[in-house]
Amino acid sequence: MAEMTMIQAITDAMRTELKNDEDVLLFGEDVGHYGGVFRATEGLQKEFGEARVFDTPLAESGIGGLAIGLGVTGFRPIMEIQFIGFIFEVMDGLAGQMSRMHYRTGGYYDSPITVRAPFGGGVKTPELHPDSLEGLMAQMPGMRVVIPSTPYDAKGLLISSIRSDDPVFYLEHMKLYRSLKGEVSEEAYTIDLDKADIKREGKDITFIAYGAMVHSALKAAEQLSEENIEAEVIDLRTVSPVDLDTIIESVKKTNRAVVIQEAQRQAGVAAGISAEISERAILHLEAPVARVTAPDTVYPFASDEDIWLPDHNDIIEKAKATIDF
Amino acid sequence: MLQILDENGKVINEDKKPDLSDEQLQDIMYRMVYTRILDQRAVSLGRQGRLGFYAPVAGQEASMIGSHYAVDKEDWIAPGYRDIPQLIWHGYPLWQSYLFSKGHYKGGQMPEGVNALVPQIIIGAQIVQTAGVALGLKKKGKSQVVITYTGDGGASQGDFYEGMNFAGAFHVPAIFVVQNNQYAISVPAEEQTAADTIAQKAVAAGIEGIQVDGMDALAVYAATQKARQNAVDGNGPTLIETLCYRYGPHSLSGDDPTRYRTSEEDDEWEKRDPLVRFRKYLEDKGLWSEEKENEIVEQAKADVKAAMKEVEETPRQKVSELIEIMGNELPYNLREQLEEYRAKESSK
Repeated sequence: MAEMTMIQAITDAMRTELKNDEDVLLFGEDVGHYGGVFRATEGLQKEFGEARVFDTPLAESGIGGLAIGLGVTGFRPIMEIQFIGFIFEVMDGLAGQMSRMHYRTGGYYDSPITVRAPFGGGVKTPELHPDSLEGLMAQMPGMRVVIPSTPYDAKGLLISSIRSDDPVFYLEHMKLYRSLKGEVSEEAYTIDLDKADIKREGKDITFIAYGAMVHSALKAAEQLSEENIEAEVIDLRTVSPVDLDTIIESVKKTNRAVVIQEAQRQAGVAAGISAEISERAILHLEAPVARVTAPDTVYPFASDEDIWLPDHNDIIEKAKATIDF
Repeated sequence: MLQILDENGKVINEDKKPDLSDEQLQDIMYRMVYTRILDQRAVSLGRQGRLGFYAPVAGQEASMIGSHYAVDKEDWIAPGYRDIPQLIWHGYPLWQSYLFSKGHYKGGQMPEGVNALVPQIIIGAQIVQTAGVALGLKKKGKSQVVITYTGDGGASQGDFYEGMNFAGAFHVPAIFVVQNNQYAISVPAEEQTAADTIAQKAVAAGIEGIQVDGMDALAVYAATQKARQNAVDGNGPTLIETLCYRYGPHSLSGDDPTRYRTSEEDDEWEKRDPLVRFRKYLEDKGLWSEEKENEIVEQAKADVKAAMKEVEETPRQKVSELIEIMGNELPYNLREQLEEYRAKESSK
């Protein structure tokens, strides 16, 4: 085991798979010599050569098309989109092409592609860099959407994503890249996709979160514990499809749920989960399912993001209201 | 513009004439006639409601067959939705092309060994994918190339530029064919771009570009054959613009070409018909006869009939099957929905 930041764990996962399978290729803008704008790919070109780890021209749709073409000729591409806000340029590649490749060819071709992109607020990036677009991505049948919250999960989930024969959209929260460290095995290990993880056990209320909000939920749970309210914190890890078994089982135990996301309230992951809980466990609920989200605006400029983004205080407030319902 | 045969089937560019045997020349004509019949039958089947989506190809035979004849069986092809004939000659069974037309998933299952992507519906998406396929072939050390097709409208898409630029930057074995059939549904080519030719757009990507007479099978063959040789020799991609014309509507889904072009224009282009021109050329060489042509017509008609029979005997697809082919591993939601639809289907 070694202490790693999330970005080190991500680099380590890619190194592991580049070593493990010579068909794994890694490419995108600035990922080669420079090592990525966040240094996620640092040293990998030097270690594996320019044929395996390479820069592309600056064009996201081109990068997506490249991944699809390499996928059908037997490679296992990891493509990096520099910031989530640039994903709109390659939406056809994602939604129109790779996510439906298996379907439209009746299983003849696959898209064994991992799309990596940094996202998430709280680090004062320009507009169209931090947006939480996972709800949009979750609308694509055929595409998994994975969001890790710890260095350990980040490595195991990324290795699973790279090994998956189906495409995976792997989102890396920018604030988590270097803000926490954790024990990560230096061995190759995998974490099952589509499986949520209970990051804290509790009996009074269920918090369902992912990405950076897992840590806000854990902080809220600790403070609530001082008032004898024990919250269970579920980290979704895969937001499309969500692990409803784990959620429903927890809600049946705690009878209360708060779904937490950094993204805007309208549509999205939290809305879907709230609906599923209502459909599957309404008679177990003591209070309506609550949501903690950002407001329905575009992501604001950096000066406003501290207020715009939900935090642990919002979660505590919503939890208390749910318990007092 | 590269042209080898004039409208009377006379060679006007002797030194550019490709080196093809008599059998090969006959084979090109055979394929063009066969394709014309396939098109006529498909239009008729479409009007009877027995096909799904279909984009007519008459007028583009020289462009399609001439270019495809220059690539190898092992090469890859990334077609647009109109490029069914090239796929057929690449080994995609006719009956499966009809299933594709009807939206049946079995239409997308390429037979083993046919290196082809499924016809692309999104204009230009195949162009960026072609850069990827070509890079894959280069990385695997193959001597294969990939040929992709789009139309004049496709040349306006961002993906067209991104794909050519990527292919140029990575120096990969790709051939981009723009079949400039004069209209993107109703918008004429001259409203599509202020550039004099689409071929010149290759300059911006740093690759070879050539404009050819797309109604002249020999010219299209010669240009593509050279492009393939360049690709195999490691000299990078080529953009080929074939100037041609589609006689029919954009598709059978309601397009009415009389709303945007005149019968005079149609007549003008029909004078340059690729089949007439090539037939004259072969007849002058004593390589073609009416009898030979009639045999092909009959064979194509019989093949269409047999393919339609196979299609009509193919069981309808089930929603449960569609759920099953969403991916390799079915996630929670799909497993649940699979059960639901299986139950629904068994109760019907």
